[in-house]
Amino acid sequence: MVSLKPVVNDPQGLVVTDALHSLGYPEVGATRVGKFISLDVTGEDAETARARVDEMCRRLLCNGVIEDYRFELREAVAP
Amino acid sequence: MSVRFGIAVFPGTWSDRDCSHAAGLAGAEAVPLWHADRDLKGADVVVLPGGFAYGDYLRCGAIARFAPLMDAVRAHALAGGPVLGICNGFQILCEAGMLPGALLRNSSLQFRCQPTWLRVETQATPFLRECRQGATLRVPVSHGEGRFYADRETLAQLNSEDRVALRYSEADGRLSSDANPNGSLQNIAGILNPERNVLGMMPHPERACEELLGSADGLQLFTSAIHQLASQAA
Repeated sequence: MVSLKPVVNDPQGLVVTDALHSLGYPEVGATRVGKFISLDVTGEDAETARARVDEMCRRLLCNGVIEDYRFELREAVAP
Repeated sequence: MSVRFGIAVFPGTWSDRDCSHAAGLAGAEAVPLWHADRDLKGADVVVLPGGFAYGDYLRCGAIARFAPLMDAVRAHALAGGPVLGICNGFQILCEAGMLPGALLRNSSLQFRCQPTWLRVETQATPFLRECRQGATLRVPVSHGEGRFYADRETLAQLNSEDRVALRYSEADGRLSSDANPNGSLQNIAGILNPERNVLGMMPHPERACEELLGSADGLQLFTSAIHQLASQAA
């Protein structure tokens, strides 16, 4: 998950909030629109994979100037 | 010997022909620089033009910053060579860490293609040395993601070091939110690196180089750099 930092204005999120309000969901407060990125990765163990994915986030997937990221690893089930 | 402008071409760059034309009008020779090469072909000035390098996938400029050509551009800048990033080129420079901050979706969420007025905030850069500080230039913008953002400390530093080069303004130089086409913080349209040889700007000076097309104000950025280099060589 890559999302804009809380301090960065998110005009998309504001529009989505307005749209949800007009559809009858006044309970919606702030909305933030982000990105969902799914990666298939191979690795010796979870620790190595986690370190590699973290590096990918910092180098490419997330721009630390404006965005935050978080991720989780799930073991793939053999088909 | 004429000054040579290297015009970067990434897959998806669309303003390279206009930039070459503008460099020619200013009296320079223009050579295309392919993104996969590391050769600047003897360029004195490097221009990163507008467009959608690598489709703007992930984020504008996020993939382009890793192009082999960018290693050469970085080395050129470190050696003091002038670099002008326009629109997508500005986004690439920010992603590459050669300029601070980032360019975000316009606050209107709309692509904006319109003339703007730019107030010249400093002359202390090769590209604006012949513009008068406080003067306004008529230059168009054409982008969907041009809202300049930097954190508070970075903004303070840009201001205290006189590194805000251009701000969106009214024709008379007054700053207003109406004059700001994208919601950029403090109406910032262009910024400089600490050494002042790298300028990134969202507006397109190459599209304002002929009176026939509505304005020739943008030509000053090209001629200023050419004269700067000529005076260094003399």
